[in-house]
Amino acid sequence: MIAWMAASARGVMQRQRPADRPLLEAHDLNVHINGRSIVSGVDLAIFPGQITTLIGPNGAGKTTLVRALLGLIPVRSGKVIRASSLSIGYMPQRLRIDTIVPLSVKRFLTLNNRASLTDARRALAEVGAAHVERAPVQVISGGEFQRVLLARALLRRPEMLVLDEPAQGVDEAGQGELYKLIARLRALYGCAVLMISQDLHLVMEAADSVVCLNHHVCCTGKPEAVSRHPEYRKLFGAVRPRGLAVYTHHHDHAHNLHGGVVPLDGDAAHGDGDDVAAR
Amino acid sequence: MRHTAMATMSLLDDFILRALAAGVAVAVVAGPLGSFIVWRRMAYFGDTLAHSSLLGITLGFLLGIGFNLAVLTVCAAVALLLAVLQRQRRVATDTLLGILAHSALALGLVAVTFTSGLRLDLMGYLFGDILAITDRDLPWVYGGGGLALLGIMAIWRPLLCLTIDEELARVEGVPVVWVSIAQMLLVAVVIAVAMKIVGILLITALLIIPAATARRLAASPEQMALLASLFGSMAVVGGLFASLQWDTPAGPSIVVTAAALFIATNCVPSRTYRPAHMP
Repeated sequence: MIAWMAASARGVMQRQRPADRPLLEAHDLNVHINGRSIVSGVDLAIFPGQITTLIGPNGAGKTTLVRALLGLIPVRSGKVIRASSLSIGYMPQRLRIDTIVPLSVKRFLTLNNRASLTDARRALAEVGAAHVERAPVQVISGGEFQRVLLARALLRRPEMLVLDEPAQGVDEAGQGELYKLIARLRALYGCAVLMISQDLHLVMEAADSVVCLNHHVCCTGKPEAVSRHPEYRKLFGAVRPRGLAVYTHHHDHAHNLHGGVVPLDGDAAHGDGDDVAAR
Repeated sequence: MRHTAMATMSLLDDFILRALAAGVAVAVVAGPLGSFIVWRRMAYFGDTLAHSSLLGITLGFLLGIGFNLAVLTVCAAVALLLAVLQRQRRVATDTLLGILAHSALALGLVAVTFTSGLRLDLMGYLFGDILAITDRDLPWVYGGGGLALLGIMAIWRPLLCLTIDEELARVEGVPVVWVSIAQMLLVAVVIAVAMKIVGILLITALLIIPAATARRLAASPEQMALLASLFGSMAVVGGLFASLQWDTPAGPSIVVTAAALFIATNCVPSRTYRPAHMP
């Protein structure tokens, strides 16, 4: 009873946050790992109730950026500002629980939160994994475990859900369904979502804004705008050559083969509205 | 004649009772702590602390302080040193443990030679002498053991969270560093307490064998900890009586009994999860 009241009190609290004030912000964030710059000059803001999707090629620093935002790894310079007493539900990219730990799904869900068994069952049902409640966490499939992780993140009544490639290990048909589920959960819980994805086209309808990352922020905006963006097309165009829309965009840099930033000379930088393809 | 026999009998009863009281107490505490050592793959850490306790004994003698206190201090110092070195991440943990374990053991063996006049019963410390437990030892065993048991209960939930996934625990606000250090110190307490009973070389066995035995029969972390305490106690009682029966050394007999229990439970078919029948 007390747990329920505390939970609902928090529910009220999170609705009181002003929608125009970000829950989490990054300013000029630089992260180095083993002396190598992985994330550089990233500015980012996550607003209440918004779904922000981080896309980018393999090794673009997406997971590193998220881990820095969560305070799991130190930043080299720049700032991460979190709203006071921000509650975060985190779903890591890879979580393997050793079979030596005897742990049922039910127990895993209610560990370290004040959720009752009823809450846990409801959360499991919401993510469509009610049938694994009594199973040991190690025997369920990868897709089921992803859903269990999502349920566990939800049980913390988060204001912000952070999902690192939630569709990993889920087949193509299931992926679309999973993103729809995430959008539905956002509507249900009113929480902001920050998620990493490899594929913009799958997350299109689920995202309010997309940040395309390749060590630095290449482009950002609504999913449709980003998919037409030359930077996006340069990173992903070879993989999915579709949507030859006309783009007019201002560029101040290009990329070399390693994804590094190559400054353009003044003229090209300011006059490249319609000749990006020629470069 | 009859008088002498009775006196011998009661003397026998006394030291057997003391040995049982101390041995079972240690086994009960070793259950939950040993479970965590097994879950977190820290078996070698237990060994390292045990190896360094010989240095504690020697220092205790040189400084004129009690052996128990000296062993506890050295174990705690080694645990903290390890925690600091681990954070630096220059050398892999297993290498660090190897360096600490063998340096401390070698240092202990070297230091013994400087304690002229000390007739150290090296065998007694290496293999334990549970039958030589005195009335003065019992308060130490119960005090230290009780403290360790209360300690592990106090940090049970955060420690379990961080055992499952350290990063998830950190995002959820578990003070990971402090909980890890607390667990290391609790292991140090158990080793200082258990040293007299099974000896430096066999302490890790009393921590991990009962826990590993319990795994096949347990469905939850708590069940595993309780069953580990039970199997540990059975090993102490069985080993002690085997030792009296066949005049074998007590410490090794306890470990052999624990190993026999492990083999026996491995012959029992393990719990298997059968998914609920889907309609």
